[in-house]
Amino acid sequence: MKLKLRIWRQKNAADKGRMVTYEVDDISEDASFLEMLDVLNERLAVEGEEPVAFDHDCREGICGMCSLVINGQPHGPERNTTTCQLHMRKFKDGETIDIEPWRAKAFPVVKDLVVDRGAFDKIIEAGGYISASTGTAPDAHATPVPKADADKAFVAAECIGCGACVAACPNGSAALFMSAKISHLGLLPQGQPERDDRVVNMVRTHDDLDFGGCTNTGECTVACPKGIPLEFIGRMNKDWLSASGK
Amino acid sequence: MAIASIPSLYRSTVGKKAIMAVTGVLMVLWLIGHMVGNLKIFFGLEEFNGYAAWLRTLGAPALHEGWFLWVMRFGLLAAVVLHFSTAAELTVRAKRARPVKYQHRAKVNGSYAARTMRWGGVIILLFIVWHILDLTVGTVNPHGVHGEAYQNVVAGFAPDRWYITLFYVLAVVSLGFHLRHGLVSAVQTLGLKNPRQDKALNVIATGFAALITVGFLIVPISVTLGVVD
Repeated sequence: MKLKLRIWRQKNAADKGRMVTYEVDDISEDASFLEMLDVLNERLAVEGEEPVAFDHDCREGICGMCSLVINGQPHGPERNTTTCQLHMRKFKDGETIDIEPWRAKAFPVVKDLVVDRGAFDKIIEAGGYISASTGTAPDAHATPVPKADADKAFVAAECIGCGACVAACPNGSAALFMSAKISHLGLLPQGQPERDDRVVNMVRTHDDLDFGGCTNTGECTVACPKGIPLEFIGRMNKDWLSASGK
Repeated sequence: MAIASIPSLYRSTVGKKAIMAVTGVLMVLWLIGHMVGNLKIFFGLEEFNGYAAWLRTLGAPALHEGWFLWVMRFGLLAAVVLHFSTAAELTVRAKRARPVKYQHRAKVNGSYAARTMRWGGVIILLFIVWHILDLTVGTVNPHGVHGEAYQNVVAGFAPDRWYITLFYVLAVVSLGFHLRHGLVSAVQTLGLKNPRQDKALNVIATGFAALITVGFLIVPISVTLGVVD
């Protein structure tokens, strides 16, 4: 495949940044999107140019490191798929592909396509944990959990914290991420002691970090590589309204 | 469920949306009454003007004439101010949350109604100002006589003032879209949405938005077409 890439290049946080056009040739249809960028970077290195910086780690779709807004869509055109699991056969030969970093004030660009997602860590620090001592694995029947709750908690726990929801949201809100964490813990008995503090503190931290507010447009769930449903945001709202009144 | 305290409601993005949801619901309930009242125009001058006069006697004899209307007006004003100011704050916050725009923005997945909430809301607000000057105060109405609601409506939407009717049509259609997203959004914001009933909720919201749109448009259009005169 022959492709024209328009990639956001930015030397550092202070640099203004701009789109730079590159052409790549001989890309296999079976290559992943990141492997395609590897091919470009190898060539750039040989030519003595600075390779394009982008985040990646497991390349198995579970670590949450890869990002990239591809043709305006976080993680590209395929639903429920991270950038690392996206293959070049989803694109047409000769196509022009625009590649940009996540755009949010809370996610400042470090370099090129790499953004600092430390803001998510701060939200987790504010309440995304339980204080119950877990120790070694308890007996399976020690704390009964209804099957429906366990299933739902698992759906929420699928969130890999990649930030695609923020990148997709027209308001730059992290509501989907936050609500997945709140629901994941709030649905289980071990998460009950901090349930009220958790939602209040996480939402406050989210707001303080200059994320936007959720206006229920639903862009986040479409972009989410794990398909986290909007119902968790409703659950978070309910928890917040209830906790704030106590 | 306890009610969140007012300061925390106002500070938080979640609370701001709750304020929008509650004020929105109040305005929607009022709209239903307004629409039903409007439709009485099809029963003739006497019934319509009689209804308008009766509105001033609501709450009597406990309340003096017109007091109920003024209480309602202040309530509505408070709802509009809160709804608009929280929306404006969330808009400013959204702009601040993404200082650098995307070079390539894909076609958004959200509905047309969701995308146009902000500008649609501004259109509706401007319309409300005109509408009060037209049919409440009467300053921009060609008839504009207090107590003659029927004649004011007929004069206001006369065939040669078709452009006024067109403006009303645009505003009411904007309102319909605003309600389509707003109703579902309010349910979600208040944490009352049951994902198993998503389909039913969407159908109800679309049906209700369409009903309100048609219910309000039928009056000015009937006047302009000469069905009511």
